[in-house]
Amino acid sequence: MASLKSLRLRINSVKQTQKITSAMKLVAASKLRRAQEAAEAARPYAERMDRMLGSLALAMSGREDAPKLLSGSGNDQIHLIVVCTADRGLCGGFNSSIVRGVRLRVQELQSSGKSVKLYTVGRKGREQLRREFGELIIEHKQGIGRRGPEFSEAATIGEQLTLMFQEEQFDVCTIVYNRFESVMSQIVTFQQLIPFTINEDTDKKDVDSADADSSYDFEPDETLILEDILPRNLGVQVFRALLENAASEQGARMSAMDNATRNAGEMIDKVTLEYNRSRQAQITKELIEIVSGAEAL
Amino acid sequence: MVETVQFELVAPEKLIFTGEVELVVVPGAEGDFGVLPGHANLISTVRPGIVEIYESNQVKERYFVGGGYAEVTSKRCTVLSTESMPVSEIDTNGAQERLNAAESDLSSTTSETDRSRAERSVEVARALVEASQN
Repeated sequence: MASLKSLRLRINSVKQTQKITSAMKLVAASKLRRAQEAAEAARPYAERMDRMLGSLALAMSGREDAPKLLSGSGNDQIHLIVVCTADRGLCGGFNSSIVRGVRLRVQELQSSGKSVKLYTVGRKGREQLRREFGELIIEHKQGIGRRGPEFSEAATIGEQLTLMFQEEQFDVCTIVYNRFESVMSQIVTFQQLIPFTINEDTDKKDVDSADADSSYDFEPDETLILEDILPRNLGVQVFRALLENAASEQGARMSAMDNATRNAGEMIDKVTLEYNRSRQAQITKELIEIVSGAEAL
Repeated sequence: MVETVQFELVAPEKLIFTGEVELVVVPGAEGDFGVLPGHANLISTVRPGIVEIYESNQVKERYFVGGGYAEVTSKRCTVLSTESMPVSEIDTNGAQERLNAAESDLSSTTSETDRSRAERSVEVARALVEASQN
């Protein structure tokens, strides 16, 4: 049986931990609200961008001179995976679920004879992937989004990707992030960036508007616009991924800290009960000693 | 009832303006163009400058845009800007500082890609300064 003193110390230390986790939960909750607002505010831009690219891609489809960012380099030998994780831990399965997804994808690609390169955004993803795929990581960024991701940061990554693609360092580029579903659930999402794919939602919207506007005039011509807009679109997609990720991170941290606080509460109850029991046992023992001492006189 | 166009001005961070307008003038890469209802379908790049929204032949609102793209159809006009803000909110000193910083960047860079990027940011900053002055 643990001594009274050690039980008391134990209760105190768990209480301290509980204070920290509940404070972290509150902080995460307020950050989550901000991150969610930012993610929602950025959605219109990405949607319009998709719509515009959809029309452009339609106009370009089947043409020989389509930019490579749109049509791909003609190979799919080298895959680049952009892994977006958080810089900080203590957010439940947030980072490890991304890493697990990436690990599976890398093994899958490697077993089918493709080579894989990794671009990690966020400290945690690099730390976890370095052990296994250290030599595959060609680029790393961290410290993004202290105060929420900014578009300029995403644009830099986009430009870098464009440059690497032009230097033919990879053929297919995919970005991995946690899509924000709700506070409780974040879904690991793989999204292909290069070559550009029109997602299904835009297709539907295009059908709606297709009766009114079938063809566009372009100023300057469509190849020039595409050459300009595609690298830019990369930045937008990266930005969207980072924002979703930021919201997911806070959501994951909030529910993880909520659990931790609850568990600490349970533990305190259990240890307090044990403490009281042994305190009573001690008192009873002392009483018996006094009574039997008095009897012996 | 005057016919209107559904106009949207979007920046990466958020939706800046959305609403029905009678006429909007967009600084296209190959010259400014006005959008009235029933405009031909058009996709154009936008140079740094000012988007003007008109109501009964008067400029009602002015927004600075730092370049981007415009998509026009007969019913709507969407401008995707790299950055945007109402002209009234531009900080004149900040704009001037930005222009100076961009110019010194331009003079100190050597590589081809950095150079074109610096040139572009000088252009944006210059448009911002001009916008803040009138």
